[in-house]
Amino acid sequence: MLRAEAVRKSFNGTEVLKGIDLEVTEGEVVCLIGASGSGKSTLLRCLNLLEQVDDGDIWLGDAEITDPRVDVDAVRRRIGIVFQAYNLFPHKTVLDNIVLGPVTVGGRSKAEAAATAHELLTRIGLEDRAGAYPDALSGGQQQRVALVRAIAMRPEVLLLDEITSALDPMLVGEVLDVIRDLRREGMTIVMATHEMAFAREVADRIVFMADGCIEESGTPEQVFTTPKSPRTAEFLARHLA
Amino acid sequence: MTTSERQLERDRYRRRRTLTRGAVAAVSTLVVIGLLVYVVGNSPGWDRVHRTYFWWPDAKSSFPEVARSFWLNIRLFMVVEVFVLIVGIVVAIIRVVPAPALAPIKLLAVLYADVFRGTPTLLIVLLVGFGLPALNLTGMPTSLFWLGVIALTLSYGAYVAEVIRAGILSIHPTQWASGRALGMTYGQTMRHVVLPQALRRVAPPLLNDFVSLQKDTALLSTIGLVESLRAAQVISGKDFIFTPYVVAAAFFIAATIPLARFTDYLTVRSLRRENGLIT
Repeated sequence: MLRAEAVRKSFNGTEVLKGIDLEVTEGEVVCLIGASGSGKSTLLRCLNLLEQVDDGDIWLGDAEITDPRVDVDAVRRRIGIVFQAYNLFPHKTVLDNIVLGPVTVGGRSKAEAAATAHELLTRIGLEDRAGAYPDALSGGQQQRVALVRAIAMRPEVLLLDEITSALDPMLVGEVLDVIRDLRREGMTIVMATHEMAFAREVADRIVFMADGCIEESGTPEQVFTTPKSPRTAEFLARHLA
Repeated sequence: MTTSERQLERDRYRRRRTLTRGAVAAVSTLVVIGLLVYVVGNSPGWDRVHRTYFWWPDAKSSFPEVARSFWLNIRLFMVVEVFVLIVGIVVAIIRVVPAPALAPIKLLAVLYADVFRGTPTLLIVLLVGFGLPALNLTGMPTSLFWLGVIALTLSYGAYVAEVIRAGILSIHPTQWASGRALGMTYGQTMRHVVLPQALRRVAPPLLNDFVSLQKDTALLSTIGLVESLRAAQVISGKDFIFTPYVVAAAFFIAATIPLARFTDYLTVRSLRRENGLIT
């Protein structure tokens, strides 16, 4: 479904990704964990072509999307991404935020897109805020809307970049609920997260990154209970303490 | 680590694509310019237009006089720009400060902006140039230079105040909150947090107003200041040629370019500093 092979990326001479191999199969939920600066976000941004890789290949289905001849916009239509800082459009209402992509890019009618948006908003319990502007919502509500905005494009893969890191613990739960819900529906998800308990619960696979490399990868059970690498063990000890 | 064969091929493709795009841009530019030159140069009236507006000997002979008088334009807009910024910032701040005690001053500020933005600049120049001295007030400057400065400052201060006010209002309320949260007063927050961001954000429209202002120094010829357009007019009236006007136009254009590049430089610098963008 989504595959990275030997992906490398440097910024100003600092190598942030040092040859990453990662394969995500359809319906799989992969959680990237690791310290800040280990390359999780950069990897996600490369997968969505927001950053150009320095070397290596990324495959979406059977298309090599790192090929410079590829239509970047068409690729991004198939991959949704949600950021830590929500990034809702502040000049549009919640409903218009969700409807914008499906109408301008997806070519759907406004009425149809709005119907879908209302349905999605109902599912996340924000139906009554459809006419509100983003700044009037709480962080958790904004992030849930951002998730719905990404899902409304019906992406094949959803990338989530530490989407609960800016939220207080009270609001983290409501966002994680939405992700649980998506998982049940079979959405393919790659998420960078610091929520260890959640990663353990929801992930099919845990990928631990350190210094731009994948240090260890395995089922939550294996990684959390019997980590093979001492670095993984040390990281988990600090985060689960 | 060695770069993979695939990546080398991608790099080659990207380089080729950049070259192709550059070539397309160069060729299309040349074609458009060539067409323009051809069409204008072959128009039936080109010979006359050429002699009247673009005659090199006339340009050369009028250059020193136009250049000398353009120095006056430069002094005028340098002085006016400073005053306009001060007036603009003061009026903008008066309009956004939430102090009930200032209500009468705020009303004045609104009135000022409305009246002076609504009045043609030429009219303001005439009113100030001929009206103010006629009042016979003690201390009122009688030099045409300073009367011109007052007129343009009044007119452009109103525009610039509105631009700066829009900039201040566009700064997110959380910036006010964080400033006040540090214990800074309203004034300190405005001075150190909000205004610097606001001015940076409105730099392009401010530049627009300044360019417009530089051109409008020519309006001061109506109250008797012999600036470059007036000087060109004198020469052209004497010899029935229009080339001096084009020379004056070239000076006005040349004067706006440093300002435009300076604004570009400031914009890029703040982008680089604040977003870590390498450009």
